[in-house]
Amino acid sequence: MSFPYLTAIVFLPVVGAIIIALLGNGRPRLVKYLAAVFTIIPLLLAVILFANFDKSSAAAGIMQFAEKTSWIPTLNAFYHLGVDGLSLPLVILTTFLGVVVVLLSWKEQLRVRQYFVWLLLLETSILGVFSSLDLLLFFVFWEIEIIPMYFLISIWGSGRKEYSAMKYVIYTLFGSAFMLAGILSLYFTTGSLDMVELSQKGLGMIQTVMPAAAIFFLLIIGFAIKLPVVPLHTWLPDAHTDAPTAGSVMLAGALIKMGGYGIIRIVASIFPQVARDYAPLLLTLAVISVLYGAALTLRQNDLKRMIAYSSVSHMGFVLLGIFALGEISLTGAALQMVSHGLLTGLLFAMAGLMIHNTHERDLRKLGGLARQVPIIAVVFSIAGLGSLGLPTTSGFAAEFLIFVGSFSSTVVNGIQVFTILAVIGVVLAAGYILWMIQRVFYGPPKEQYNSVKDADVLERVYMVAFVALIMLVGIYPAILTDIIKLGVSPIVGLLGG
Amino acid sequence: MPSQAIWLIFLLPAFSFVIIAFFVRPFVKPASKIAGYITITALAVAFVLSLWTLAEVMAASPHEIAVPEISWLVVGDLNIQVGLMVDSLTAVMLVVVTLVSLMVQIYSLGYMQHEVPDAKPGDIGYHRYYAWMSLFTASMLGVVLADSLLLLFVFWELVGLCSYLLIGFWFHRPSAANAAKKAFIVTRLGDFGFLAAILLLFAKTGTFDIAELRGLAVAGTLAGTTLTWAAIGIFSGAAGKSAQFPLHIWLPDAMEGPTPVSALIHAATMVAAGVFLVARTLPLFEHSVEALTTVAIIGGITAIFAASMGLVMTDIKRVIAYSTISQLGYMMLGLATGGVAVGIFHLFNHAFFKALLFLGAGSVNHATGTFDMRQMGGLRKVMPWTFATFLTAALSLAGIWPLSGFWSKDEILASTLEKQPLLFVLVMITVFMTAFYIFRVLFLTFAGEYKGGNPEAHGAHPHESPQVMLVPMVVLAVLAVVSGFWNVTGGFSAFMGEGETHGFFTGLFGIFTHSPLPLIALAVAGLGIFLAYAIYSAKWLSAELIGSIFKPLYTLFLHKYFLDELYENIIVRISLIGGLFAGLEQIDTNSVDGAVNGVASGTKVGGSALRKVQTGQLQLYGLMMGIGIVAIILVVYFVG
Repeated sequence: MSFPYLTAIVFLPVVGAIIIALLGNGRPRLVKYLAAVFTIIPLLLAVILFANFDKSSAAAGIMQFAEKTSWIPTLNAFYHLGVDGLSLPLVILTTFLGVVVVLLSWKEQLRVRQYFVWLLLLETSILGVFSSLDLLLFFVFWEIEIIPMYFLISIWGSGRKEYSAMKYVIYTLFGSAFMLAGILSLYFTTGSLDMVELSQKGLGMIQTVMPAAAIFFLLIIGFAIKLPVVPLHTWLPDAHTDAPTAGSVMLAGALIKMGGYGIIRIVASIFPQVARDYAPLLLTLAVISVLYGAALTLRQNDLKRMIAYSSVSHMGFVLLGIFALGEISLTGAALQMVSHGLLTGLLFAMAGLMIHNTHERDLRKLGGLARQVPIIAVVFSIAGLGSLGLPTTSGFAAEFLIFVGSFSSTVVNGIQVFTILAVIGVVLAAGYILWMIQRVFYGPPKEQYNSVKDADVLERVYMVAFVALIMLVGIYPAILTDIIKLGVSPIVGLLGG
Repeated sequence: MPSQAIWLIFLLPAFSFVIIAFFVRPFVKPASKIAGYITITALAVAFVLSLWTLAEVMAASPHEIAVPEISWLVVGDLNIQVGLMVDSLTAVMLVVVTLVSLMVQIYSLGYMQHEVPDAKPGDIGYHRYYAWMSLFTASMLGVVLADSLLLLFVFWELVGLCSYLLIGFWFHRPSAANAAKKAFIVTRLGDFGFLAAILLLFAKTGTFDIAELRGLAVAGTLAGTTLTWAAIGIFSGAAGKSAQFPLHIWLPDAMEGPTPVSALIHAATMVAAGVFLVARTLPLFEHSVEALTTVAIIGGITAIFAASMGLVMTDIKRVIAYSTISQLGYMMLGLATGGVAVGIFHLFNHAFFKALLFLGAGSVNHATGTFDMRQMGGLRKVMPWTFATFLTAALSLAGIWPLSGFWSKDEILASTLEKQPLLFVLVMITVFMTAFYIFRVLFLTFAGEYKGGNPEAHGAHPHESPQVMLVPMVVLAVLAVVSGFWNVTGGFSAFMGEGETHGFFTGLFGIFTHSPLPLIALAVAGLGIFLAYAIYSAKWLSAELIGSIFKPLYTLFLHKYFLDELYENIIVRISLIGGLFAGLEQIDTNSVDGAVNGVASGTKVGGSALRKVQTGQLQLYGLMMGIGIVAIILVVYFVG
């Protein structure tokens, strides 16, 4: 048997967490170096996976680097990991963000040991979600994620942190309850927990009276909360705003992608017929998310809250791309998840840095900082421009694919109307992003910010990495779409698009 | 010629940007002008290559050079190729863009350090300036060269980005930051239509390729409402970029940017990109009467509408900005009534004389420290070169024979009279207005007594600008005289594939023999110049008196028809952000999130209520159990 890459990638962070937990107190530097090592190795392994991934069209729909061992035989549950074109980019994204959040937490001083333990555990759980191929295993990773996130927000957060942390937990558990009901219904109707098998055999395996649509909705509620879809979004602004910077980056960058991933991997591929039937409903919600999220973004005065609401709008594009049910639109949706992870991850990192350096987060009080912190200003602007879909950034590539794919999709009637309405979101995005940049960086410089520090060397390292990836995907999206389409095409085959 | 040479035209300024951004800026001190030299060298080579391309295209038959494509992205049926389209339209645009850009960059070497009084020495930022200027030129060349709507859209947006960055170049000024944001958002509103048109065309035809789309329109495969909507969508993008009514409001504000930026981006090239786009896709318009008429009407209205506001502005750059909008309207009208050759010929001539007008305004500002014409006057004596070049450009803009503006404007007038007689009336009035407002500027600035300039910015003793600024102005002045001669022979139209050529002198004088139109237009323009002279130089008539007679009109023009008010306050601030969006925010906090919190507190209340049931008394539990069992038995008995 070859080297278990995926097991190593998924569990190395938690191994690091255990080692850190066993260390005594009072060695914060060692803790940080350990955290760095145990996130950098998974990133390198993920890059190796990317390099060795079979990109030929024969590999479409095949899970690569799969590992399968019996786990709970009585339940027919397996320890089953594997990646295809859909999940690999998300695994790479998560390992990348895992390194970044360690770097940007380098100045953390409060309960350092515990902080990094939670951070590493968080990474493992997200990676587990993206690489699990067994529904029970998937669900376990999905639930584990709540614990570190709760502590990260409630201890290291700011503002109404206890409220936001509790809201996050209860909201997520509420969704998972439905999801668990959905998974159990699937299990009892089909006797299988194997995600690959379920999507290949599909509805044929469902033999009882339980209507497929009921299972579909049980499952999608949990994912829709995570994505989030309006009106199930109100946990997101609170959690993102009050979380520490690393938490916001992980939340916006990787965690909410679990929702979109789940919808594609589990909901759409196991229930293609139901997805087609209910596509108009979900497309309506997608358009509402895009426009409603953008409208609310324009009303915010808190830097982080503004970025948080923009995420609601941008994830609406993902939902649009998914339920347009076309090959190009699904590819665009998958690319948008990666792109949004990079762009909003960078935006939150920069916002956190600004708040840390200026001790101010109210947009009405910021201003004129372009002269005092030119590097942060440039990088923040690049992330912002990507977020408003400027060509040569990943944001344009992803959103354009979603729009083209949705508009020309033949699966759903009236998709053109939904698409055009969603395109208005791009105009609004230009409004809120440029307004945000103007309010923070432009105008006459203010004296109280004269001593504000610009990015230091460590911060510049991850800034450059972010910008390079954003531009790489933006200028040559084929580097990801060539992989993504291998994961998407079998699903499209099921959808009949 | 090798296709690499054509790619180089685009790549040279792109390299210049990369070198300045990544190597010059971090390592060279800010006051150094090396970034300028790099940009100028790159553009000089690009200009020579553009001339070569033009010569090659002129020699080719038909006028087009094929360049191999590069595969960029393949997903499903979507196969996006990156390729260049090099035909006569491209070749002309390449020369215009590289030449004007080259002149403007040379001029900037002398100009930039005196642009704003409140800039500190470290703020001039040559590196930043030339980096953006290089990126702009590269993107603009990309727009011109792109062979597919998608690639064109990519560069189209990048051009918009550069415009945003350069309008907001003095970002410490709130007015500049606002103007930059406004420009980007308003043009993006237009781009919404452009993007929708691209989606529509792709969904119907499966291609982004411009040549293919044109072919489908000509063949009639692409027709009916699809074609009309697609064409109108494209025009909406073009109207945003080219500041056509009602999306024109950003261009006057864009004058907050440095003056050379206005000359290059907001006069000669980027704002002309909209006209170029319509020209590029003209067959789509020509096969839809509705679309073509829309272009003509919007163009005609924009021409007179913008000119009317130009009559009353006191800021020299704003007058020229309104003039630009007005002339862009002419070009649109020319495209709609006379075809590619007519519209683009005016674009070609306009690029030179309008860039020159802006550079002249910059030169005046360099001397006086202000753009307010009420503080100028009498500069003819101290700035003879600036005056002479400005006069040349003004005569050309007014359409005086035999300068370049005369030739292209005459073609537009003739074709409008033939196709849209109603609009012709508007256009003729605009000819009068144009001559009047530009000579109003000329007399206010150069005639009479000097009124002191801006005393805070060395304005007390105006002086002629340095040679590094004057040489580009003289070059452009020469072009403002001669560029129109290209079509005196019919050569330009023939190059664009329309009409036949004839002798130079036949054209030069024969123009007055075919119809009385050119003579009438000349007389109308002369009347405008004379009126401006009478009011602002000879002072036979009082400007104040005329202003008070036409008070309502004067107020309307001065407040720009209150459109800024309508858009910014009534629509954006009050209706959307303060109204609809605020309402949604209320719903979000009260209803959507309120429901979430309501469920939470409801659960809590319910829990504490239920807690009271748990009394711990076994008798009560027993009673409840008994009632429960009886209830179940009854249910089973009756239902089962």
